[in-house]
Amino acid sequence: MKRLPSSVLPWLLLSPAMVLLIAFTHYPALATLWHSFFSTPKGARPSVFVGLENYRLMADDPVFWQALCNNLWFALGTIPLAIALAILMALWVNEKLAGRGVLRLAYFTPTVLPMIAVANIWLFFYTPQYGLLEQITGALGLPSHNWLGNPQTVLGALMVVAVWKEAGFFMIFYLAALQQISPVLAEAAALEGASRWQYFWRVQFPLLMPTTLFVLINALINAFRLVDHIVVMTKGGPDNASSLLLYYIYEVGFAFWDSSYAAALTVVLLALLGLIALVKFRVLDRRTHYQ
Amino acid sequence: MRRTFLKSLAALAVSAAFCAPVLAANPVEISFYYPVAVGGAVTKTIDSMVADFEKANPDIKVKAIYAGTYQESIVKALTAFKGGTPPTLAVLLSTDLFTLIDENAIVPIDSLAGSAEDKKWIDGFYKGFMENSQTDGKTWGIPFQRSTIVMYYNKTLFKEAGLNPEKAPANWNEMVEAAKKLTRRDAAGNVTQWGVKIPSTGFGYWMFQAMTASNDTLLMNSTGTKTYFDKPGAVQALQHWVDLTTRDKVMPAGSIEWGTTPKDFLEQKAAMVWTTTGNLTNIRTNASFPFGVAMLPGIRHPGSPTGGGNFYVFNKTSPAEQQAAMKFIRFATEPARAAQWSIATGYVAPRQDAWDTPEMKKYLQDVPAADVAREQMKYGVAELSTHDNQRVTKALNDNLQAALSGTKTPEAALKDAQREAERILRAYGR
Repeated sequence: MKRLPSSVLPWLLLSPAMVLLIAFTHYPALATLWHSFFSTPKGARPSVFVGLENYRLMADDPVFWQALCNNLWFALGTIPLAIALAILMALWVNEKLAGRGVLRLAYFTPTVLPMIAVANIWLFFYTPQYGLLEQITGALGLPSHNWLGNPQTVLGALMVVAVWKEAGFFMIFYLAALQQISPVLAEAAALEGASRWQYFWRVQFPLLMPTTLFVLINALINAFRLVDHIVVMTKGGPDNASSLLLYYIYEVGFAFWDSSYAAALTVVLLALLGLIALVKFRVLDRRTHYQ
Repeated sequence: MRRTFLKSLAALAVSAAFCAPVLAANPVEISFYYPVAVGGAVTKTIDSMVADFEKANPDIKVKAIYAGTYQESIVKALTAFKGGTPPTLAVLLSTDLFTLIDENAIVPIDSLAGSAEDKKWIDGFYKGFMENSQTDGKTWGIPFQRSTIVMYYNKTLFKEAGLNPEKAPANWNEMVEAAKKLTRRDAAGNVTQWGVKIPSTGFGYWMFQAMTASNDTLLMNSTGTKTYFDKPGAVQALQHWVDLTTRDKVMPAGSIEWGTTPKDFLEQKAAMVWTTTGNLTNIRTNASFPFGVAMLPGIRHPGSPTGGGNFYVFNKTSPAEQQAAMKFIRFATEPARAAQWSIATGYVAPRQDAWDTPEMKKYLQDVPAADVAREQMKYGVAELSTHDNQRVTKALNDNLQAALSGTKTPEAALKDAQREAERILRAYGR
């Protein structure tokens, strides 16, 4: 048995993960970029090189801009709220209270339900007149609302579903982080006469920063990959008021069969997500206090 | 081991002796994608049809695959086609005809069934359904689960409102008048029961076509290269639709969900609803009150587009598979079976001979409502279908929703839709 040269073994050990990464991440990303410079083949017409034409079309495409704006609003509307709720719930179930396990489970339930089922449940929550929401507001004598059928409220209605679904998931991370914090700190703070709020704001919150960062990136990526709720609940309507980027990509790719334009849109989405990752590594990581 | 082998060999020999067809030389296997767009046990009905077919044709194996909604089905079928393994046979929207032709995905039916007898069979389908199945002198699809829009109305609520439950509104004005009487508000002024609901998500263009057809306006040409969305008759029709909410206050504002409309009717939250005939069995099974089915109240005269799906045979499949698929199509459209399918779902049987079968005659005696759709076929127009159909349809749908939610006037909305459609169709008009 001859010894392998020392440089081969590490590559061998790396290869399984590398093959997977290249096959399912790097190659598709580069192939998408490549396809976005060509026209879509149609029946008898083969695909030809068109340079930046797909990107020019995108600049003039009002639906694309609307989906992008919707997506930014969606991220702004869901992320801070989901994170704040997650911290609150985590602090709450971190206390020594009766029924803590049940409460934790209850908060976590939305996360384990399949997205499509969730969207169908919420569709009937929002249904005008006999949906759950309407029955509650009706009992209080408030006027009826067509939440999903109105361009002003539809995005807000979808945000509520996203927050409800994500907060429980993020809570788990915060809960784990809270349990890591040494009880010594709480005792010291109590000796110093710090209030509950001061202790949270000066001790717990800074120590939770790495978790917050992790959750923030996850939430951002989730906000840009949301598609299933929209398919079930609104189909991007009314008049594209709830169309988000990934849903629009799906529509262009699989309803219009314009695969090269869909590739160009995908490149833009990838660039956005790449930018988010860059900001995380270059800016946020340096300002976060890791223990 | 050897023993079991010998045993099974013996068993095989015995079974071969008893029923030779089981071992027919290499049965042809075909795959068949079908969608489900309405409530009810459609899957069960298809499965039993496939089982009957295999019993009658032991040399053909049919793999029936439920492919989701119409939208999901064409995605699956075309994706499989581009990947080189298309289904042999699929039921897809009749309006996707041009998309399938442009992708070179389907085989013309005439090339598979060219005998004089075949021609007679093709001529036996209703003209109104064939308009969405033929173009440029070729037949590309065979009507199967075809539908049209009808109006369902709640007889109990009609009685309570002092209307004659045996007489549905015959035209648009009568519908508005009835809807005003049927809309109920509580003390605080909140509506508890709407007069009428016409859904506008997903199939808004389809509902709109019923209004334009009844207003003597067609939305496109027969070759799928031109649209006429901004014709005065179309603008007027959309104004009528918007008025239901803004002026007459008998329909809720904003867009109305296609999927929950039948439920709204069953929950008695809407006294009249427009939806596909394909929902008839679903509503008949679940309604806790007597209901009626009527032709759509038209603006100038009755009118409704046809809808639903055709059988298509795919390219990149072997001639033997294509012939087997043809056999299945012939089997599924036989009078008795088409009648059975129509009874099980509510779809309109696409041939006159299916309506002449004894089963159908008996069913019509029990459920006279089922005949309304066929009567309406006299006023049927082809469903909106163009090249790049999904894009053109979306342009219209988006703008209809904009008009209905009040962000654009009907005229501006339809002008925008027309401009967008012209931009998309420019490449095909040459």
